Amino acid sequence: MKCSRRDLLTTALKATVAAALPIAAFRFLSPAEVRAAVADPALRWGFLVDTEKCVGCGFCVKACKLENEVPYDTPVSRTWVERYIVTRDGQTHIDSPMAGRDGFTDPKVRDEAVDPAEITKSFFVPKLCNQCDNPACVQVCPVGATYQTKDGVVLVDRDWCIGCGYCIMACPYGVRFFHPVYKVAEKCNFCYHRISKGLKPACVEACPFEARQIGNLKDPEDPVTRIVMTQRVAVLKDEYGTKPQVFYIGLDRNVR
Amino acid sequence: MKNHVWRPLYLVLGFIALFLVIRHFLVPKDFGVHGKNFTYGFHRAGNIQEWQAVPIKYHGRESCNECHPENVAANASSKHAPIQCENCHGPAMNHPDSPEKLPIDTSRELCLRCHGALSTPGSQRSRIKGIAPDSHNPGTPCTDCHNPHKPDLEGIR
Repeated sequence: MKCSRRDLLTTALKATVAAALPIAAFRFLSPAEVRAAVADPALRWGFLVDTEKCVGCGFCVKACKLENEVPYDTPVSRTWVERYIVTRDGQTHIDSPMAGRDGFTDPKVRDEAVDPAEITKSFFVPKLCNQCDNPACVQVCPVGATYQTKDGVVLVDRDWCIGCGYCIMACPYGVRFFHPVYKVAEKCNFCYHRISKGLKPACVEACPFEARQIGNLKDPEDPVTRIVMTQRVAVLKDEYGTKPQVFYIGLDRNVR
Repeated sequence: MKNHVWRPLYLVLGFIALFLVIRHFLVPKDFGVHGKNFTYGFHRAGNIQEWQAVPIKYHGRESCNECHPENVAANASSKHAPIQCENCHGPAMNHPDSPEKLPIDTSRELCLRCHGALSTPGSQRSRIKGIAPDSHNPGTPCTDCHNPHKPDLEGIR
């Protein structure tokens, strides 16, 4: 095969044009356009839990279960309160009877008496869905039944969920459970029906001690955002890389 | 080519066509990538409106105040001011249409949520006055003596 210089150049030119054609099909977006296409930058729901203020009354759990029609007498709940009792021997006793629905009235932990003189610290930690920025539960859904909205809340499509339970396994926080009535995956969604109408989630409203707060993390003037930005807050299981958006004040190292 | 090659090939093509037709009818029109990306935003768009349409059950004390201002005001001036009406009276739902009357929880267990004495050093719970439920008038409803809207001792019945 012979190839003159002229042939080489014309072929190379044609090849370059041909290769450039598919690139021309792409649109080059400005950073602002990309941000607008990816998510609404004005709103990102975040949550703040002040464990110092929680007294373990369980009104949040009661309100959550009634507001979101989670069967009241089942042990599952979208939100729950844990009691931690650390004793002098270094042991941690943890319980959450009926998810803390009826509060904590019994000094016994799971039918085991703890000597009050031995208790070094004891406190309550409310838990709920962290509405992660990188939700592991959404990644594993095989049918696209769970997803993250543009304002950062992870929802479950009850019509589309096949009930395989992958997401329940994937959540490192144990937030998801199987809904006893609808037979699909169920989780806290910050009371999406309330927050999208300008109301607070049922648990936030029910809390008499302001241990639970919700806010818009994209708004620097929001009280929750101010606290998250200016005070010392922690998140649960940071090492999983899920980027949880529920921030805790006064989190103890015993809290898992 | 031979018939035994074409026939299974047609069958496969037929199955693919059938699959595409069924899929066209079963998958909702609004199914697609709507959020951040395919990984997190692949869903049925209409589901967001479905969640937003869930009826509200807890309406808050402002809503109670519209018809019961005297009770809301009485509680607001007491130590129980931060407690929402619906924590004890139950969610309003569509009250006064349904339910017509809200069932008031006057059980001891309700009061003990905060006032049951527990050893909780390092928690706000230890700053709330607590009783030992087994020795403090066991079996008697708290509301026999204490007024929940005026819990101080001067409000004692």
